[in-house]
Amino acid sequence: MKGRNNIISRQKDNLTYVAVTAAFVILMILQNGGILKRAHTALLVPVCAYIAAALALNLCVGILGELSLGHAGFMSIGAFTGIVVSESLINAVPNTALRLLIAVVIGAVFASFFGFLIGIPVLRLKGDYLAIVTLAFGEIIKDLITCLIVGVDKNGLHIVFNASGAKTAADLHLAEGGKAIIQGAQGAVGTTTISSFTAGFILILVVLFVVQHFVKSCTGRAVMAIRDNRIAAESCGLNVTTYKMIAFVISAGLAGAAGVLYGLNYSSIVATKFNFNTSILILVYVVLGGLGNIQGTIIAATILYVLPELLRAFSDYRMLVYAIVLILVMIITNNKKVILFLTGLGKKKD
Amino acid sequence: MAYKSDKIKKGNMVPFPSRSLVPERDLDKEPVLECRRLGIQFGGLKAVDDFNLIIGKTEIAGLIGPNGAGKTTVFNLLTKVYQPTEGTIMLNGMDTGGKTTAQINQMGIARTFQNIRLFDRLTVEENVKIGLQNQMKYTTAEGILRLPRYWKNEKKMHERALELLSIFGMENQAEWKAGSLPYGAQRRLEIIRALATNPSLLLLDEPAAGMNPNETMELMETIARIRDEFQIAILLIEHDMNLVMGICEGICVLNFGKVIAKGTAEEIQNNPAVIEAYLGKNREV
Repeated sequence: MKGRNNIISRQKDNLTYVAVTAAFVILMILQNGGILKRAHTALLVPVCAYIAAALALNLCVGILGELSLGHAGFMSIGAFTGIVVSESLINAVPNTALRLLIAVVIGAVFASFFGFLIGIPVLRLKGDYLAIVTLAFGEIIKDLITCLIVGVDKNGLHIVFNASGAKTAADLHLAEGGKAIIQGAQGAVGTTTISSFTAGFILILVVLFVVQHFVKSCTGRAVMAIRDNRIAAESCGLNVTTYKMIAFVISAGLAGAAGVLYGLNYSSIVATKFNFNTSILILVYVVLGGLGNIQGTIIAATILYVLPELLRAFSDYRMLVYAIVLILVMIITNNKKVILFLTGLGKKKD
Repeated sequence: MAYKSDKIKKGNMVPFPSRSLVPERDLDKEPVLECRRLGIQFGGLKAVDDFNLIIGKTEIAGLIGPNGAGKTTVFNLLTKVYQPTEGTIMLNGMDTGGKTTAQINQMGIARTFQNIRLFDRLTVEENVKIGLQNQMKYTTAEGILRLPRYWKNEKKMHERALELLSIFGMENQAEWKAGSLPYGAQRRLEIIRALATNPSLLLLDEPAAGMNPNETMELMETIARIRDEFQIAILLIEHDMNLVMGICEGICVLNFGKVIAKGTAEEIQNNPAVIEAYLGKNREV
């Protein structure tokens, strides 16, 4: 009996990697075999990005226990940082895979840094207040990026802050051969798309690796202890603010990485794409997948992202059906009998 | 237990007005805890007022009094859940002024709670590991990348956790979720978790609450054993007079936030003020 739970949970971790890999292989075969329509293959990268973002948010909501409504903001920071990095390095690093890697890393670092800055005031708040402030943060980031004009030429990066709304890309005074990367409200235009399904798959594996190992480390344990009982955690000598900050920064960084993948998948993208609705969308994946439940989050993100797209055929009723599905999932996942039935199934398998 | 009052040699310290009680064996050592004129005021209410207490290095002391007397408030003051509005607390000769709850724990005070506060969704073993965290932690990066120190420290933590759980014979429940443990076991787990933080003073808030007489007897023996093995001081709040009178070497009685008596079990049982306020007149002694 001893250590049985440990072994089971380790098996579950490994099973997740296997399942994700299997899904990737199957989809790759289908894609190469020409079975998937173009409308479907176009969904692959965004699904990967949203899965990664949902896993990142699950770290914040499920493990840390703090409701963040601003994770689209971190995705946004990641996306636009990634686009700027990728476009600036287009000549220096012609290899797209390497360039994407650099973009993802720098995007994640930037998002983590903003996570840290936001975390300083936000993590002192509790419950609803934290949700409200993160919501405001997401909106602020969106508006700031809308005001940003960034270009690159042989002299390096040029950044103009267009607070008045009167400036255009011409105000960058780029040298000949320069390129405007982000053009304020028009967003990033003419981006070379370098994201691929393979990159998305690798990103999910990395995020899974980080999240699953974090949860099992002493830091993750401390974070969950703080979630379960803050006062007891303090009286056990845990520095609550530090641990919360670590989890929040990691969560922001991973969301940023997901944002880079998403941003570099489209030749043009605007900052308003990452608005409040996107934050809520990711939160829905997390809540329906189960707080703190990594496997559930992946499944929920996949189904709930793909479903509305598949329902396009019934475009009039699309959102209606989507809403009904959401309600059904909520009822089912909260029904004790259904849960018992499902856990019973799980036990038999073991 | 032999007691000597007011005879602690403390070098050139300011004369302490309170009557101190320290077991004879601890007289030559610095007391682990020394509260002077400790007080806290909530609005117009003085929840604790002029509270003076000295606890010897390996003493088991009791804090008793009627409901609402301020016993748990004293614990909250000692652990800085509330910041005292008056007075000082010295722990092993160091002033604890301005420290946070977490820092107080790192300085050597661990506690349990009257209303159990476990990490319900973590396992029993993980609960204990949280107590061990500050002694055996590794960095987050080491944890995520599973570098050698992760494996080494996790192994050490696992072994130490099981060792501590064996104090109460709970090794077999190590994999249980803490929230699913029976009530008595939850209380015991809280004590183990507090012990895991390697304290020099252990505060127990009603450790025997909800236990039957047999379990209480067992708990008494375990508390004494913990003191002997770990060589620490224990201050406990308890309403079970058999337990308090049975193991406490020094007892302090609170009423309405004020100390009304201090002494050995015998002195307390015969103190008219304590009988009036708490023990009751018809109690058989």
